[in-house]
Amino acid sequence: MSSSVLRRIRIVFSTLVFIFFVLVFVDFKSLIPAKYINTLMFLQFVPSVLKYYDLKTLAAGGFLVILLLTLLTGRTYCSFLCPLGIGQDLNSRIGGRIKKKFRRYGFKRPFTILRYIILAVTLIVTLVWGVYMITLLDPYSIFARFMTYFAKPVIIMINNFLAGILGKFDVYTLSNVPVKGFPLIVYSIPAAFFILVGALSLTKGRLYCNMICPVGTFLGLISKISLFRIKFNETDCTRCGRCAMRCKSSCIDFLKLDIDVTRCVSCFNCIHTCQDKAISFGIVNFKKKVHETDESKRKVIIGSLILLFGLSRVSNGQNKTAPKPKKESTVKENRTCPVCPPGGGSIEDYNKNCIACSLCINVCPNAVLQPAYKQYGIAGIMQPVMDYHKSFCTYNCTKCTEICPTNALHPLLLEAKKLTQIGKSKFIKDNCIVKTEKTACGACSEACPTKACHMIPYEGNLVIPEVTEDICIGCGHCEFACPASPYKAIFVDGNTVHVAAKKPENVQSEIKTPVEFPF
Amino acid sequence: MKRRDFLKTSIGGGLAAGAALKMGGFGKLWSSAPPVAKYDMVAVMGGNPDAMFDLGIQELGGMGTFVQKGQKVLIKPNIGWDVIPDLGANTNPLLVKRIIEHCFKAGAKEVYVFDHTCDNWVNCYSNSGIEKFAKSAGAKVVPANSESYYHQIEIPGGIKLQKAKVHQLLLETDVFINVPVLKDHNSTRMTCCLKNNMGIVWDRGYWHSNDLNQCIADYALYEKKPALNVIDCYNVMVKHGPQGVSKEDVVPMKSQILTTDWVAGDAAAAKMLGVAVEKIEYIPIAHKMGLGNMNLDTLNIKRIKM
Repeated sequence: MSSSVLRRIRIVFSTLVFIFFVLVFVDFKSLIPAKYINTLMFLQFVPSVLKYYDLKTLAAGGFLVILLLTLLTGRTYCSFLCPLGIGQDLNSRIGGRIKKKFRRYGFKRPFTILRYIILAVTLIVTLVWGVYMITLLDPYSIFARFMTYFAKPVIIMINNFLAGILGKFDVYTLSNVPVKGFPLIVYSIPAAFFILVGALSLTKGRLYCNMICPVGTFLGLISKISLFRIKFNETDCTRCGRCAMRCKSSCIDFLKLDIDVTRCVSCFNCIHTCQDKAISFGIVNFKKKVHETDESKRKVIIGSLILLFGLSRVSNGQNKTAPKPKKESTVKENRTCPVCPPGGGSIEDYNKNCIACSLCINVCPNAVLQPAYKQYGIAGIMQPVMDYHKSFCTYNCTKCTEICPTNALHPLLLEAKKLTQIGKSKFIKDNCIVKTEKTACGACSEACPTKACHMIPYEGNLVIPEVTEDICIGCGHCEFACPASPYKAIFVDGNTVHVAAKKPENVQSEIKTPVEFPF
Repeated sequence: MKRRDFLKTSIGGGLAAGAALKMGGFGKLWSSAPPVAKYDMVAVMGGNPDAMFDLGIQELGGMGTFVQKGQKVLIKPNIGWDVIPDLGANTNPLLVKRIIEHCFKAGAKEVYVFDHTCDNWVNCYSNSGIEKFAKSAGAKVVPANSESYYHQIEIPGGIKLQKAKVHQLLLETDVFINVPVLKDHNSTRMTCCLKNNMGIVWDRGYWHSNDLNQCIADYALYEKKPALNVIDCYNVMVKHGPQGVSKEDVVPMKSQILTTDWVAGDAAAAKMLGVAVEKIEYIPIAHKMGLGNMNLDTLNIKRIKM
């Protein structure tokens, strides 16, 4: 095929994919059902590999489809399905608008050593140690974080602005959504990638995909034996060089009529731009190619990333406007373990499988899921953790477990989730308002959905909390509600391994239906 | 005693009104004249929530006694928890719907419903059934989940609570109808009329940490008081309140109390729950502060059994 139909299909398809991705991540009201999100996530390469590794079922075999697709058509994934790739194409267009020069690419040599080193290190780290490096470099996760960390708050602010205006006219179809920021340090990594990917795609097309992205490099390797490729018709070609100038991957050496398939993302721009109709997409003719050894120059890019780990200022999650009690609490909470979301199974399993894409953070209706900064250690940065100073886990909800693309969170039925103990409440009597102020409070027990936290007689008419740990599920509503400050009088200490909580027992009240008014 | 109480209340209210006007005149303070009802309290037993309300409001002279033509009405039920209506943690949706219908029949221009929920507000509004029922009756169901909806007010005379942030609609409406559900409460022993106000304010953590019982009573000093309290005692949560664990916590009492005096309403509710009024500390405090009358035998009460 040599017409520009292919390019048009690519643009339409990738635009739809991109729009759907953006919608999923800015959907702050969780309007998109989980099944659609799961369909979208099925074909994301890294999440699918991890999910398959965890479940060993073909239902999670989206990556096999991608591998097959790559064997057939080369790196179409990068142009058609990767949200970060599509986003970069969009940014390159913007770049071209700003300066024509940004969109005149021309052939460049590949960063062969750099990209294979990154791929090798990522593979080794992932196999030996865990997902920590792929967390940083998986293109889907990078894109997802851009959306969650930067785009969603903007959308919410626009929503709040509109809701404010509508409210003035007595219309309440939109409601104000409080914007709760993350700890500052976790912004550093997405911000660094945003600058890196943004700058490279603005001025150099797909350089990020062909220099750093391990998925791109890996699929590029497979593309070496792909069946369908971009081909030159040597007799028609006038060596005008237009194709090379338009190639986002800078992979067309028009003088040698050679296309570097490891870098070609099948965008079909070259076909479209060729005036001689000398370029087409078709079955490869295997002919011998003479390869030159590349002497790639290394450029220092990753170094800047490491610097970011040095940042230490961490914003306080506490609501700043929250009123404070008169006396400050004195006993520091002794937190031995962070609380990982329901469905995680255990901290260890969860840390192994989560690539910090933040999708669960997005769908959580209560915003209790926050990117960790140090709770799981430096390797677990940005992996979601339950932050009970920000919010609490809604009893009647399993949303986060339904959409995890890597199965770091296993799907839980509501009845199972209600009995999954992710942590246990610990009561610190010396911080409790009832003891320090000698006045009634009970905010924690009021909030407790299982009544693991309940009130027992104290001095005089006062009652004070007590926790029955085996029916506590660690939802954190008690900790969130506790007004003691700076230290809470009740907090949830995470379970390293999630266990089944006992079902709260309840007996019918002895009070009978009245037949007469008691007054 | 009653006269003294009345004087205290008027002076307190007058001071509050003056202060509020000085602050910038939120709300229409003089538009809701004190209602003149036939009884201090009407208690109904034995029917469905809507039928009991029909009867009760009729005994009080109809909704026209409280709502004038063209007025904006705020109905404040309890929608605090993400549970289904049968568990009695929230006000009965059928009752809320019926009250809204009566308001419109009396000529209300607009009826609003909100609550500052404890659980996730979207789930509470929908699973309580109140959003659907209220909208079907033509009311506006308004969010109360963000601090941006709240305005600072002063409570002159408050002992522990001198200021609070209240929902803007409390200030913008002409008539306030309080529709609590009677429930057990883990800490204060009971939640009903006065405690329902915690869903009107933003910063209730302050109440919890600064003498909860006193704060509940203090808030009742605020000048924007309910024209009518309708206490839902249809399904009463008698233990594990205010959230409840399961249906074992609920006793069907099939009752309803309508009153203009919320302290009296709370005193009657306490009796329904079988708790001594003195045990619920905020009731005697509010009584002493002249905010109402907890001595039910001095009141003119109409009791109806259906």
